[in-house]
Amino acid sequence: MTAAARPAPAVLRAFRRPVGALAGAWLLLVIAAAIFAPLLSPYEYDIQTLKEAYQPPSAAHWLGTDEFGRDLLTRLMYGARTSLSVSAIAILISVLCGMTLGAAAGYFGGRFDRLVTVVVDLTWSFPEILIALILVAIIGPGTTGVLVAISVAYLAQFTRLTRAQIMTLKGETFIEAARSLGAGSGHILFRHLLPNALAPVLVSAMLATGDAIILEATLGFFGLGAQPPTPSWGSMMSAGSALLFKSPGIILFPGLAVAITVIAINLFGDALIAALDIRSRMRPPQ
Amino acid sequence: MSPLLELQGVSVAIAHAQLLDGISLRLDRGQILGLVGESGSGKSLTAMAAMGLLPLIGGRVTTGAIRFDGQDMVQMTEAQRRALRGRRIGFITQNPMTALDPVQRIGAQIDVVSRLHLGLSSAAARARTLELMTQLRIPEAGAVAEAWPHQLSGGMKQRIVIAMALAGEPDLIIADEPTTALDVTVQAQIIQILAALVRDRGLALLLITHDMGVVAQVCDRVAVLYAGRLAEERPVDPIFAAPAHPYTRALTLCIPRDDTARGALHGIPGAVPTALNYPSGCRFHPRCPKAVSACSATQPALVAYGEDGRVACHLPGPGAP
Amino acid sequence: MLAYAIRRSLMLVPVFLAVSVIIFLILHFIPGDPIDNLLKVGSSPTARAEIEARYGLDKPLPVQYLIWLGNVLTGDLGTAIVARRPVIDLIGQALPHSLALGGLALAFSSIVGITLGVIAALNRDRWPDRAIMGGVLVGSTMPSFWLGLMMMLAFSVWLGWFPVSGARGWSSLVLPVLTIGLGGTALVTRITRVSMIEVAQKDFVTLLHAKGLSPLRIQLRHVLRHALIPVVTILALRIGWILGGAVTVEVVFARPGLGTLLIKALAQHDYPVVQASLLMLAMAVMIGTLLGDLLQAAMDPRVRAALA
Repeated sequence: MTAAARPAPAVLRAFRRPVGALAGAWLLLVIAAAIFAPLLSPYEYDIQTLKEAYQPPSAAHWLGTDEFGRDLLTRLMYGARTSLSVSAIAILISVLCGMTLGAAAGYFGGRFDRLVTVVVDLTWSFPEILIALILVAIIGPGTTGVLVAISVAYLAQFTRLTRAQIMTLKGETFIEAARSLGAGSGHILFRHLLPNALAPVLVSAMLATGDAIILEATLGFFGLGAQPPTPSWGSMMSAGSALLFKSPGIILFPGLAVAITVIAINLFGDALIAALDIRSRMRPPQ
Repeated sequence: MSPLLELQGVSVAIAHAQLLDGISLRLDRGQILGLVGESGSGKSLTAMAAMGLLPLIGGRVTTGAIRFDGQDMVQMTEAQRRALRGRRIGFITQNPMTALDPVQRIGAQIDVVSRLHLGLSSAAARARTLELMTQLRIPEAGAVAEAWPHQLSGGMKQRIVIAMALAGEPDLIIADEPTTALDVTVQAQIIQILAALVRDRGLALLLITHDMGVVAQVCDRVAVLYAGRLAEERPVDPIFAAPAHPYTRALTLCIPRDDTARGALHGIPGAVPTALNYPSGCRFHPRCPKAVSACSATQPALVAYGEDGRVACHLPGPGAP
Repeated sequence: MLAYAIRRSLMLVPVFLAVSVIIFLILHFIPGDPIDNLLKVGSSPTARAEIEARYGLDKPLPVQYLIWLGNVLTGDLGTAIVARRPVIDLIGQALPHSLALGGLALAFSSIVGITLGVIAALNRDRWPDRAIMGGVLVGSTMPSFWLGLMMMLAFSVWLGWFPVSGARGWSSLVLPVLTIGLGGTALVTRITRVSMIEVAQKDFVTLLHAKGLSPLRIQLRHVLRHALIPVVTILALRIGWILGGAVTVEVVFARPGLGTLLIKALAQHDYPVVQASLLMLAMAVMIGTLLGDLLQAAMDPRVRAALA
């Protein structure tokens, strides 16, 4: 409980484990590269220099160039901007909505709870990629469509998790005590239940951000994500798939960036779970 | 004749925590030894040690010997210990509700013991199972053998567990609080069954319980554990007439009567300390009404006391504090 | 058991109706006149009138839904705008390919996943466990389309073992099945391992040890049997995920199937095809959950008792 109330020291404790530190360092590196891309790279992400096209990795272009002669490492850094921010913002929206729905359902119960549970169970059994594809079909391709699609696709997960946490916490003595002291619903929900349910939800939000990066990449690969010339890891691979045999690097490096980043998120999440000692509360409700 | 089961200075540790400290016990054929103490005193751990099942809970014997029929189980290979389990030592667990495999029929769970240890064919094993079930007064044994565990009551399940323990024709039965999870009326039946087994078959029974009433009723000797150490070990009649250790005295005052509430120790507040914060000297001294300065300074040795008994206390003997 | 199977199947009816409403409404959510979304650009007024009459587009929404549902239930899924053929024919061609791919991937992930999960659980916290769980982590973090492309590059282009794409013969199935199967394997391995470790701590397992049974026999005949109950349930629930994986992988390997059909139709705004392929995928998900519940009842007498 105390650890849940103070997440910051837990993040530091996660860094103290070797695996956590390594994973955390990679994530910081990727975030820094995304933020400082214009300072770090001498190249532009969108200027085409056709005579430089299809270059293998070299001192000038560390990861080589793409079919338009653009530096791949530069595009990868700018791509991290799109991919990371879209995934993180989408999950943030999803967490906020999911927590509200889940807390309301778990706290008030009754018919509203049953309705939420049925809808959530129904969407939960559908693959995220299908839900996302349907939504992008309706909203149309582009960053906004992907953002909404990812938010909705993960809504069920956070609603379920928050609801399960609230249901368990509701019966505990300190809640009973607060209630018997005359605390109102709002006070109990916002001062007692939600803060205590926060740690597992935030950690699973972090892990879901990893899944969202993959989902964003997949939608981008189908050409439904960020539109050219804005690079995202997914859209870079979409262009690269046609050139797989000619210049594998164009698709290899963005894919590696996705895989390593998602692995790092998972490992850092594991270290956080260990630091917060909430493993038993992370189990997916069945 | 050497005792059937003998623990000699057995210490048990899980990870770095020393949970049992120099436990010595003996149990002869045809005898019932009651092992008593509050929760957390180390009773179940002693049972697991005597079954050779400590590795299951990550524990190990650090010092001492556990002799079964003269042979030290600590020195045996795991295969040798396994050959004893179910064959010569039967085990009855605390909660019959969770003791049976929920997805296997009742009969098959008993059959396997005699097939494995006595080499019976499946037909012979089933015949033996039905015979055992009938002896344990399980009505319609044939139908029950085909039933699933969830279809039986708690008392009936505990009889099945007893049948499983008996199926290998053991010499020793270790029963870890066999009645705690059952209704009061069923408790009496199960205790009667166990006592009858010892009487009729000459078995030895290590009966772990926190119910001093049961101890007074059926046991020949009593061993009292407190915080991983032996406090007192004596024949049953003198121990009730004149408990030597203040902790035993508190326990004997807890025998449930109609007019008293169960649970708390009479006049002794507090709880058993955990292995992480054992007190110095005698581990009972913070709760002991008779404690003097020596009690917190030095650990009392286990010394002979009365007729065929032993006690670990600086100020043993009856008398109000 | 049979009565339960029938009752459980009937419970799918309201779910199917709910899903069908959503799929029906897709046509009305997208911007523009539904008629335009059902027709090629520049169609004649006669064609427009015909479509309007066929879908009852001049009638109120609930009536339109009932007409559409009636058509769907009688096997009339409309006409594909681009291919100008009955949608049911397109689905009929695509379905066997997707079922073969999904079925094989499911079998692959169950067999490999359960085996790996058991090995990891039996060697908990020792090197085989760490190696397997490390592999599982890496396997589950690679986007499946990327993994597919990389395998294509390695095995088809460089080593020349399998065809690059298409759906001719068994060898063309190997890489797609592996690509989808690896993701599923990661999931099954994780659940099997956790579930084995959890069951091994139960009381009845202690008693099995006390009966003198060998540890391997206890693990494989008793613990695994219990551990498989949640594995089967979750696996069945995740049939949708495996089909979801199939959608991307079909596109990557240019295989005919529901996924390719759906993605192509989305790109071409061919909404009758979009609706039909989504309906098929949704039904596969529902049948998956049904199978999961039935299998669970078959494996656990307590569940059967609770249902009786």
